[in-house]
Amino acid sequence: MDPLRRSPSPCSSSRPSSPRTPPCEMFGRVGIEAVLDQMKIKAMKMGFEFNIMVVGQSGLGKSTMMNTLFKSKVWKTTLPGSVVPIPQTLQLHSVTHVIEEKGVKLKLTVTDTPGFGDQINNDRCWDPILGYINEQYERYLQEELLITRQRHIPDTRVHCCVYFVPPTGHCLRPLDIECLQRLCRTVNVVPVIARADSLTIEEREAFRRRIQQNMRAHCIDVYPQKCFDEDINDKILNSKIRDRIPFAVVGADREHLVDGRCVLGRKTKWGIIEVENMAHCEFPLLRDLLIRSHLQDLKDVTHNVHYENYRVIRLNESHLLPRGPGWVNLAPASPGQLTTPGPSKTCRRAREDPEDGF
Amino acid sequence: ATEGLGIEVCGEWRASYTPSPLFAALNFLIAGATTASGAMDKEYVGFAALPNQLHRKSVKKGFDFTLMVAGESGLGKSTLINSLFLTNLYEDRQVPEASARLTQTLTIERRGVEIEEGGIKVKLTLVDTPGFGDSVDCSDCWLPVVRFIEEQFEQYLRDESGLNRKNIQDSRVHCCLYFISPFGRGLRPLDVAFLRAVHEKVNIIPVIGKADALMPKETQALKQKIRDQLREEEINIYQFPECDSDEDEDFKRQDAEMKESIPFAVVGSCEVVRDGGNRPMRGRRYSWGTVEVENPHHCDFLNLRRMLVQTHLQDLKEVTHDVLYEGYRARCLQSLARPGARDRASRSKLSRQSATEIPLPMLPLAETEKLIREKDEELRRMQEMLEKMQAQMQQSQAPGEQSDAL
Repeated sequence: MDPLRRSPSPCSSSRPSSPRTPPCEMFGRVGIEAVLDQMKIKAMKMGFEFNIMVVGQSGLGKSTMMNTLFKSKVWKTTLPGSVVPIPQTLQLHSVTHVIEEKGVKLKLTVTDTPGFGDQINNDRCWDPILGYINEQYERYLQEELLITRQRHIPDTRVHCCVYFVPPTGHCLRPLDIECLQRLCRTVNVVPVIARADSLTIEEREAFRRRIQQNMRAHCIDVYPQKCFDEDINDKILNSKIRDRIPFAVVGADREHLVDGRCVLGRKTKWGIIEVENMAHCEFPLLRDLLIRSHLQDLKDVTHNVHYENYRVIRLNESHLLPRGPGWVNLAPASPGQLTTPGPSKTCRRAREDPEDGF
Repeated sequence: ATEGLGIEVCGEWRASYTPSPLFAALNFLIAGATTASGAMDKEYVGFAALPNQLHRKSVKKGFDFTLMVAGESGLGKSTLINSLFLTNLYEDRQVPEASARLTQTLTIERRGVEIEEGGIKVKLTLVDTPGFGDSVDCSDCWLPVVRFIEEQFEQYLRDESGLNRKNIQDSRVHCCLYFISPFGRGLRPLDVAFLRAVHEKVNIIPVIGKADALMPKETQALKQKIRDQLREEEINIYQFPECDSDEDEDFKRQDAEMKESIPFAVVGSCEVVRDGGNRPMRGRRYSWGTVEVENPHHCDFLNLRRMLVQTHLQDLKEVTHDVLYEGYRARCLQSLARPGARDRASRSKLSRQSATEIPLPMLPLAETEKLIREKDEELRRMQEMLEKMQAQMQQSQAPGEQSDAL
């Protein structure tokens, strides 16, 4: 491949008798590709971080899903019927693990939301969730504003929120709609149809289409957001993904023997549901999206969009405070600020092109 | 049916740079196949592909790098840059005559070039300092350079603290190649003064230019002398990071060799020399022999190029960002913090909130006032223009016409 070089010619004054630098012949290679190797070495050394939040009612298989996703006992699961008291208020609960595979280390933090949607009156049950998410943004912002900053600011911001929709088969419930609307403005949301083994394939498709319709109608812009597609490759890939969201997933952490193979699955009297079989459920799609292909993108969107939105709001507010010469005092965020969702920028853009397919 | 769920890489770093079928599961689905999975590696979650995701973005975005060259005229700086990056950056340059040089002061020139190889784009910005060391009286001739470097830091600080951080241009100087004359006995006072002024602000790599004027023994002696002088004057040049213990022996040996050959004794050339049976290469042809630029026995050009481009480009940028820039930022903020801000803060009621107050630096107030004033001026001017235009339109309509275009 011929190296492509374009250089602007600097202005020259005319002094005919001075020596000129002789022209350079193009020959050889500079060797830039090695820069990528450098980046990879650095990334391998430092390791990666990823923070997931799972939101959904109890019994929808959130913990099992996390375990299946990361093939390790990230979370303790409970059997139905076991005596686990439903907490009176929504309490968030985070667990951090470091998992390693083929030399790559991943520091995974899973935040669970037990008690979500389980009360009689579920109004404002999303407040603690939004509060938690914004609190992580606030923490990052404060670290960023310090005079002597750490070299690597610990990133506790939620990169992805997996929202479990119960498999009613009808459409999104009012609670889901309210919650998704608010969550989408603050964090990347990936909705999934939980416990999809109670729906047949046709029922799943119909349910999925209805959910997509609901989301369009209520301006719920889930990940991958259309407005962040950068080039044509991204668009194609992300359109395919958007077509299949929400994924119908089944989680399992027990292994069974099928045709001589050992697979993860749920065993019932009428058959074994294999979790990693595309014909049975769409768990592989969820796993590929979250881990194998879009992990970095999830982090980037969180950092460049959601976090920046939060930061702009905070900086603008602090203008209200009197300032000294060259200083603005950033007061700690009041509880009211923490629970307001971010601006509906993504929503506005989604409305602009209604004629595009989903 | 093929297992489309796995990832092909892991462990293979120099794979192709085209986006691999990362979302293979989806393609599998679209193709209509409905059969079950094949044998799956049970322990295989798949995030070993994460480094690949990282580089996909970088390949798309490209890299940028700012390199400064400094040193007296005539040490072969331009030729070396052309040889290093295989460009024609200085093609139309006219070397000024002696009479012009008498009145020349130090200027800072920036040139940009985009290099693309193997699908990766690097946007290289070269900062040149013609006129350095040329005048009769060179006192303080390094001040414009220091100011330039700090201006880039300041610009970045401002961008980073601003509201819209989407496209911050990084124009900070990542590396400074300082050329030392091969004819002297080590560092001269001007060299020491310049290096002292910039060593805490930019990564310095000392280079001996036109090294084909020296015999091997002389080169070694000069290098040793320069190293000793740098140590005595406590000048911090760019320190190469240590090798990991798990790197292979070859790499470690190369690394050690590279560290020992600092300052690099380089020869640059833009001419391709074609010897009889040998392959063509860059070199300088003398009557007594030919100096080959890319021959490691002849000069350290290969080492320099390997270090600068192939192994330490990213590290140079990181040290600039994590150490030099952060140092500048900390100094800047601390100096802003001291003059009376604390008692003004205590005077304002709202700010006496809690211990979690972190002052947020904005543009110094003088700057914002100036900006506000400028914007006000602009606004006023535009309003005047608008009024004038409206008056004109009314005049042109006065002779009886009703226009509905208003």
